[in-house]
Amino acid sequence: MEQPEQNVAAQTGMPKQDVAARTEMPKPAALQDVGGREFAAPSDQVIFDVRDVAVWYSSFKAVTGVTMNIHENEITAFIGSSGSGKSTMLRSFNRMNDLIPGARLEGEMAYRGEQLYAKDVSPIAVRRRIGMVFQKPNPFPKSIYDNVAYGPRINGERKKGKLDEIVESSLRKAALWDEVKNRLNTSGLSLSGGQAQRLCIARTIAVEPDVVLMDEPASALDPIATGAIEDLMKELKQQYTIIVVTHNMQQATRVSDRTAFFYVLTDTKSDTRTGVLVEYGPTEQIFQDPADERTKAYVTGRMG
Amino acid sequence: MAVVTEAGQADLREPAGWRRTKNRIATVFMVISFVVVIIPLGFVLYTVIAKGASAISWSFLTSPIPVNVAPANVGGIGPAVLGTIEITALATVIAVPLGVLGAIYLNEYGGNNLLARFIGFMADVMTGVPSIVMGLFIFSIFVLHFGFSGLAGALALGCLMLPVVIRSTDEMLKLVPNSLREGSYALGASKARVTLTVVLPAAIGGIVSGALLAVARAAGETAPLLFTILTVTTANTNVFSGPNTSLPSQIFANATSPYTGAQARGWGAALTLIAIAFILMIAARFVTARFARYQR
Repeated sequence: MEQPEQNVAAQTGMPKQDVAARTEMPKPAALQDVGGREFAAPSDQVIFDVRDVAVWYSSFKAVTGVTMNIHENEITAFIGSSGSGKSTMLRSFNRMNDLIPGARLEGEMAYRGEQLYAKDVSPIAVRRRIGMVFQKPNPFPKSIYDNVAYGPRINGERKKGKLDEIVESSLRKAALWDEVKNRLNTSGLSLSGGQAQRLCIARTIAVEPDVVLMDEPASALDPIATGAIEDLMKELKQQYTIIVVTHNMQQATRVSDRTAFFYVLTDTKSDTRTGVLVEYGPTEQIFQDPADERTKAYVTGRMG
Repeated sequence: MAVVTEAGQADLREPAGWRRTKNRIATVFMVISFVVVIIPLGFVLYTVIAKGASAISWSFLTSPIPVNVAPANVGGIGPAVLGTIEITALATVIAVPLGVLGAIYLNEYGGNNLLARFIGFMADVMTGVPSIVMGLFIFSIFVLHFGFSGLAGALALGCLMLPVVIRSTDEMLKLVPNSLREGSYALGASKARVTLTVVLPAAIGGIVSGALLAVARAAGETAPLLFTILTVTTANTNVFSGPNTSLPSQIFANATSPYTGAQARGWGAALTLIAIAFILMIAARFVTARFARYQR
């Protein structure tokens, strides 16, 4: 089902690079050149291999039967209604669920060939490589500088010059530098919602992670701030792999390369709700030609 | 009760009737309660200032304690001021680190396990133990073996402060939003890092002011000191051995003596003690504001 898409990607990869070299070519034109397939997968390198994963909170099965490959340097979007297990699944990728008493994972989850949930794997080491941006901006009650320098510092970076460099480059990547460069010593809590979220993104990329997980990063922001975050995501995927949970389907179509649709199964007998992965594929296919009726109902707005 | 008058204008005045009356009654009741609370407080302050202010001077705060028969303008309460500072400081050094660490265990590490719940419960029970019982406790397990000393007094005061510090710190740590902890964990921080670099700094203002309030309360405690420091009249700079004295126990001794000179010095000491408590409260406010720099 994915095979044709990847072929397209392989074909379009070359002309895309040519276009990038000739800078005078405006970007939208370049995107039209590939026949509206601007979101076609640029890479087929698998970074996460998820097999038949189920996540439990004590005796409650939050999500089950998830099998998917996450690809490197792509944005993968998780969509679906509330309670369908998107966030639970997202938090499994960097073992954030370990922090919730009673949470456990069944199945296999490999990151670059290593089992994430093997006995000798340290969640701390996992999270240093797989960062996370939360739904609600959560800057620490420290200065803007200290917020960004926090990650490098806990990783042992002490040199002032090096820290200055990391802080500036991270804030630049997060498109926040120009707004805060003259007040790096003011509190991170003094920023507006959109700025605070970009600060959190800068903080996450300051540790140079491999993967960035985003849990509805723009749901608390206005459309302009949302646009800034989305542009940022597209920018960041050159260097990072991004998985994003979103309730906003336009956002999924705008930014993501692949989309996974989650759905809640309700067991009327025991009145339990469990999330399942219904369909996963290139974003275009999910939105334009979904294989499953439930996906179709959801993306066309007839449900959820 | 017409919402719109005949002229077609909206009537936005508060409607008359029982609801308005109820509101008035509640307001009057609140004001009366406030006044009733303020009156005794005002009287206490007025009496202590009226009777003690005339005694206060630098030499009063530093001079040795004279015999009880000495007239009011002789000597001072120097040893008691010194003793209170020594004993309270030592009690703080004992109780605050223990209390803060205990609260960190309760809130960050213990979670809902049996030990944490037991410690939390015991802290609550300890809060309710009368202060004189703490004094007797230290008397029986410490003073009987090692004799009277400032250290014994500090241990008794520390026992009193400990549950207060644990509870106030615990409340402050509970106020730290979980999203901050998650943000730190997501950057690959260990639990100790999260606690030291995010949770404690976020709560430090409240922790310090809670601790200072506990110190201020302990500085005014009399009962635990009666059995532990002996309340002598000579200055003792060694807090670890030998009988000592303190402001509250000195006030107790002077107030129960029949000599007017001693009683006047007692009033002066009472005012000094209130001033110390007041300074600590102000310091608590100041510290909270200082640490809250990055909170908004």
